[in-house]
Amino acid sequence: MLLIPCPWCGPRDETEFTCGGEAHIVTPRAPEDLDDEAWGEFLYLRTNPKGRCAERWVHTHGCRRWFNVLRDTVTERILTVYEVGARPPQAGDD
Amino acid sequence: MTERNRLEAGGRIDRSHPLEFRFDGRSLTGYRGDTLASALLANGVHLVGRSFKYHRPRGVLGIGAEEPNALVQVARGAQTEPNVRATQLMLYEGLEASSQNRWPSLAVDLGGLADLASSWMPAGFYYKTFMWPARLWPFYERAIRRMAGLGRAPAAADPDDYDHMHAHCDVLVVGAGAAGLAAALAAARCGARVILADDQSEAGGQLLGERYEIGGRSALAWVSGAMAELRAMSEVRVLQRTTITGHYDHGYLIGCQVFREPGQPDPVGVPRQRLWKIRARRTVIAAGSIERPLVFPDNDRPGIMLAFAARAYCNRYGVRSGSRVVVVTACDDAYRTALDLAAAGVGIAAVVDLRPSGSGHLPRQVRARGIEVLIGQRIVGVRGRARVEALRTQSSAGGAIREIACDLVAMSAGWIPSVHLFSQARGELQFDERLGVFVPLGRLENVVCVGAARGTASLRGALQDGFFAGQVAAQACGLAGREEAQDIATVEPEEAPLDWRGIFGAASLGGRQFVDFQNDVTVDDVRLAVREGYDAPEHLKRYTTAGMGVDQGRTGNINVLALLAEARAEAMTTIAPTTFRPPYQALSFGAIAGALVGPLHAPTRKTPMHDWHAGRGAVFENVGQWKRPRHYPSAGETLQAAVDRECLAVRRGVAIADVSTLGNIDVQGPDAEAFIDRIYCTRMSALGIGRCRYGLMLRQDGMIFDDGIAARLGEQHYLVSTTTAGAASVFAWMEEWLQTEWPDLRVYCTSVTEHYAQIALSGPRSLELLGPLVDIELDAMPFMSMREARVAGVPARVFRLSYTGGPGFEIAVPAGRAYELWTTLFGAGERFGIIAYGTEAMHVLRAERGFIMVGHETDGSVTPGDLGFEGRLAMDKPFIGKRSLRRADLLRLDRKRLVGLLTQAPDCVLPEGAQLLDEPIDSPQSAAPVAMIGHVTSSYFSAHCARSIALGLVRGGQARLGDTLYAWVDGRAIEVTVTAPRFLDAAGKYAYG
Ligand SMILES: [Zn+2]
Repeated sequence: MLLIPCPWCGPRDETEFTCGGEAHIVTPRAPEDLDDEAWGEFLYLRTNPKGRCAERWVHTHGCRRWFNVLRDTVTERILTVYEVGARPPQAGDD
Repeated sequence: MTERNRLEAGGRIDRSHPLEFRFDGRSLTGYRGDTLASALLANGVHLVGRSFKYHRPRGVLGIGAEEPNALVQVARGAQTEPNVRATQLMLYEGLEASSQNRWPSLAVDLGGLADLASSWMPAGFYYKTFMWPARLWPFYERAIRRMAGLGRAPAAADPDDYDHMHAHCDVLVVGAGAAGLAAALAAARCGARVILADDQSEAGGQLLGERYEIGGRSALAWVSGAMAELRAMSEVRVLQRTTITGHYDHGYLIGCQVFREPGQPDPVGVPRQRLWKIRARRTVIAAGSIERPLVFPDNDRPGIMLAFAARAYCNRYGVRSGSRVVVVTACDDAYRTALDLAAAGVGIAAVVDLRPSGSGHLPRQVRARGIEVLIGQRIVGVRGRARVEALRTQSSAGGAIREIACDLVAMSAGWIPSVHLFSQARGELQFDERLGVFVPLGRLENVVCVGAARGTASLRGALQDGFFAGQVAAQACGLAGREEAQDIATVEPEEAPLDWRGIFGAASLGGRQFVDFQNDVTVDDVRLAVREGYDAPEHLKRYTTAGMGVDQGRTGNINVLALLAEARAEAMTTIAPTTFRPPYQALSFGAIAGALVGPLHAPTRKTPMHDWHAGRGAVFENVGQWKRPRHYPSAGETLQAAVDRECLAVRRGVAIADVSTLGNIDVQGPDAEAFIDRIYCTRMSALGIGRCRYGLMLRQDGMIFDDGIAARLGEQHYLVSTTTAGAASVFAWMEEWLQTEWPDLRVYCTSVTEHYAQIALSGPRSLELLGPLVDIELDAMPFMSMREARVAGVPARVFRLSYTGGPGFEIAVPAGRAYELWTTLFGAGERFGIIAYGTEAMHVLRAERGFIMVGHETDGSVTPGDLGFEGRLAMDKPFIGKRSLRRADLLRLDRKRLVGLLTQAPDCVLPEGAQLLDEPIDSPQSAAPVAMIGHVTSSYFSAHCARSIALGLVRGGQARLGDTLYAWVDGRAIEVTVTAPRFLDAAGKYAYG
């Protein structure tokens, strides 16, 4: 079970959180202008990387705030957490 | 002393506490401190079970968690627990244990015929023989399970208590043997918060079974000193009888502590087991090692035991497991068994060494005692069936076979490090040529293996490992390491290396040479599997079932892999061992559930009117955590009769229902209007203050996920209602959108479900009933509107709307006053013949009107268009899921569409979920597969319509009105007619009558 450092509550067990999938998926500004394929890509296709992965998590059984987690999917190490809307830290920042 | 194989003195048993117990009905005795295995051996009982597949007689092989054979059933009254390892079961007064997998008795087992027939039962036998025809598999499976069983599952609920404990520490040390104690001491002396978990009843690990010395005194005196020091430190927690069984991410480990054995009486109210959930900053795995068996024909006979087990039963429990012992070994360590048993007065027939020479200090000591040592041997077989009678050996160069009479064979092929917890945490393993086993490759970020668990062979090495690792772990936690005086020096001459390559008997020897005792896997099985192409460890494991027993192949896996390498003619370094996964040791469901059973399993939510419902004999159903009245049967009334009565009251008079469980979310803020428009696919912003509208909520993919009424309470204030089950997820969904996509919207959402209770008054006479009780003009209220009012003096929100399709009101009041208002309304309604109605009637009523129910008509793949809602979509504003509704796939005309379904026979109620077909088919055996074109989503008997009604989703349903379809029910095609999804006309009468 991961130990997730909530930016507001500190480190808590994974069971207190819900994962919202990959972060930084930008909702298209004008969805109506997209063809089905482009819209389908936005809806369904995710990178599922091996290694560094930015994810959205929410502290469901705590402060109920959403935030981003940079996690290594191989080592399960959590490299950093940062606010919704902030840019993902670049490789080497840690 | 009554046990014939108990030594006069010695061991760590409490001879002042004799205990009586029963095994297979036989009354026997032992002492406090015995395990069931040691007590049985003290009584000369070696035959303890029958093997899984061949029903071969089996005896005790090991002394701890590695035991594959001595699995027993422990029972007291109706309570019974299978697969308990006799080697770990601490003896208690009155213990009742029995052997497993034998019929009619352990000594005479008819299943043993399987042994004679075993040439017909090679690896993959079950797969090869019983797979076809597939429909007979359930029959085969029943028969196989009876023959190849491992104990009986309990039939009654577990009467014992269990609990859970969460704990945090700087350093978790797993195992209180030499290395673990050293690690715990070093870490604790640095000031670390330490948890020391050990699976045995007392600390010491392997030392408990040895006669070692540490620093010039007995090793066990050192253990006592270490324990005394640890127990005196306030930040150290020692958990005995606690098996760490799962190692998960970020230093999270699960352990199970045993306080009472199965069936053991509980005089003081302690739980039987406690599940520990430990978060450790650093973990030191000092889990020790397991002795490796030798492989030779009939190596599974009772009386053949691991060499360490044989001397540990003697040293720790004062038990001689035999009176004439042969030690067979491929390493020096097993010579200790000869020395220790000889010192206890046990006759040693010989030491048979498979290696070409035996010249270390241990062989020298053995020879010095006058014990014969044979070197360069290979084991040809044994004599004896229910108990070994002789060992048959010859020089590996060939020649005459010598038969050495004995009643105990103590064997050793070296030691297998217990790397399970390291591997579970994704630690990599590598093959160690010298030891012939897999050892941890380096360390993990916060995890290290020490001592025997990493292949350290010597006691001195284990102590040094432990001290070092404990200090490093404490330092890593930011604590200053204190220089340790090495008071642990102990002189140990070098031992000659193990010869692990020589431990397999030649194929030519014949007989069954077992590698996995528990699952009856032999050398031939492994070789056959490799010949048949199952030559990868993962495939081999599944094909032969090696390593898949409850012992997880603790003694067998390494020999299976070594055989695999041999059969592939490759080096062991090319073999990747299968990954260890939790649990290391099985957890009982009781331990996993802890105290969260029965009424504590989940919270129960009750409405303020709950007691009223209960007092009126309501039958409750669970909706999420809520208890909702399903119906209110009169004495002797059936469900259908009660529902008919309740539905007719709604259609003809007046009835009252508790709808408090529907979710309510208060939405306020300057941007509330924009927000509400985005979360519903219908237009909500157009609502005037005091007006309500029904709406659907979609996911981004365009699928309906909840529905309900939104009411506009003010310019910047809405009340959103949700389904009972959807309340929490809709609220979370709103928060998610506001926080992540629309942080610019100034909107505040509050869940107010439990702040208000809501009462539905339904039926043509509801206005008549409610009118005199309120301080507003109800007549003036348009349908789908809301007014603040006082109802019988209670401040309330009165809604003019209904989920029944008929006239009605819903009244929301502060939860604390709901009971009062409910009883007032009910009292006032008595002259109208008011009754209460439950959820079942609600379902029928809404289906009559064709209102959908989320979860019935929707299943996560249904769009508004599929339900005929396209006309109400507000496509001129943005809303969640909007773009998806234009996807070509969602616009197809042959999508499943909501329709009504009427059977020919008015009293035939289709089962919900029944599949719909275009053509009738006569029987399941009819030739071609038939396409399913839809299914029944809701189906009821409607008293108002005087017939059954159903809703369903049918491909292209909008174009099929009047068509005949067939519902497939219990092997029969039932004719149904497709109608519009609504069974009432504008006047509320049955529309098709
Ligand atoms: Zn938080």
